[in-house]
Amino acid sequence: MSDREVVVCRTGTANLASVLAGLRRAGGAPRMAERPDEVRAASLVMLPGVGAFGAAMENLRASGMAAPLRERMAAGKPTLSICVGLQLLCRTSEESPGVAGLGLVDAAVTRFPDSVRAPQFGWNRIDAAEGCAALTSGHAYFANSYRLAETPAGWSAAIADHGGPFVAAMERGAVVACQFHPELSGAYGRSLLERWIARPC
Amino acid sequence: MLTARVIPCLDVDRGRVVKGVRFQGLRDAGDPVALCMSYEAQGADELAMLDVSATPEGRGNARHTVAAVREELGIPLTVGGGVRRLEDAAGLLEAGADKVAANTAAVARPGLLTEIAERFGSQCAVVAIDAAGRAGGGGWEVVTLSGGHRTGIDAIGWAREAVERGAGEILLTSWDRDGTRSGYDTALLAEVSRAVRAPVVASGGAAAPEHLIAALEAGADAVLAASIFHDGDYTVGDIKRAMARAGVPTRLDPP
Repeated sequence: MSDREVVVCRTGTANLASVLAGLRRAGGAPRMAERPDEVRAASLVMLPGVGAFGAAMENLRASGMAAPLRERMAAGKPTLSICVGLQLLCRTSEESPGVAGLGLVDAAVTRFPDSVRAPQFGWNRIDAAEGCAALTSGHAYFANSYRLAETPAGWSAAIADHGGPFVAAMERGAVVACQFHPELSGAYGRSLLERWIARPC
Repeated sequence: MLTARVIPCLDVDRGRVVKGVRFQGLRDAGDPVALCMSYEAQGADELAMLDVSATPEGRGNARHTVAAVREELGIPLTVGGGVRRLEDAAGLLEAGADKVAANTAAVARPGLLTEIAERFGSQCAVVAIDAAGRAGGGGWEVVTLSGGHRTGIDAIGWAREAVERGAGEILLTSWDRDGTRSGYDTALLAEVSRAVRAPVVASGGAAAPEHLIAALEAGADAVLAASIFHDGDYTVGDIKRAMARAGVPTRLDPP
């Protein structure tokens, strides 16, 4: 079977080499996209995790990809968001006050409490709640200073702890969002990418 | 809960691993890709690569090496050596580094850290600090040019400033301990990790599992080492099992 195409949204200043290589290792054929019609037409879309919340939203709005991304996720089409990509699904973030996110999830992203290191760098233990299908328990690699503290209504989440519980990843049907970096999470991350890429459309 | 990271470090010169790697099971001990994959398989949490090439041509090769490693490697990669301008950082990040470390150039021009952080995010900006105890005691000073220059700058103050300017992580090498096999400078690690909120990676002096455990207990978030792994005395897995036995939060999967 030939590799399945994964359309990766260009969000700006991103260093994408790790994401593209990770997708290739997991059986995907990544292709960069910067137009709204590419996001609409694709069967698999990835929103990679890089840069600040405000800058990423600005880029998605300027390219016109924000609306089709929101539409396809609202419709449950296979979409995988990584790191700040998960945060972009929310309404707002403390990182960029005044900037509206995609608003698919009615929640605000906040900074880790002062009691812990920020950025959070490294492998954190995550526990998948009952009801998760794509997500499993294990260790995954994080690089973030902001996080979603509570599981949004209607989503199944995997939870990790850094100064209190936070959403390590969440899923709703074929829409999956990871605060961690699956492309940098060794065998654990690779198997998640493989499952997501191989899922029946 | 966040686990302590173990980070093997390789020196690369013109695309080849230098500083002899002697452990079994490597067909070509000079091939950076083979060595990186072997460390990932052993359970390394992250890798660091130091480009020690002395020429611009060598640095060009370093980007090819990073790209070749990135295609295979499934864990994070920090690259340092020769990061003098924003373009140097951009070249390495585009090739596939997840973080770049600036050392001498950041001391000379701290704004370099801000430039990297503003363009790529603090999570890509590492400041590498080489510190040595002041003659006669009384704190540590920053040394640059691979130990060639004692700057007189207070290492703790520089760590604080580097984080304020955008560094998301500190790679802290004790110049007194590097190569001595006598253990990390835990007093230095304790001071720096108290002074900043960003994570601190310990480097310089590791020769036994106890050394890595002591550094983590002193406040380091991660431990970097080279010869202890290259010599084949311990695998990354050996070290991590010792850490877990000592009660340090450790990622042991895959087994």
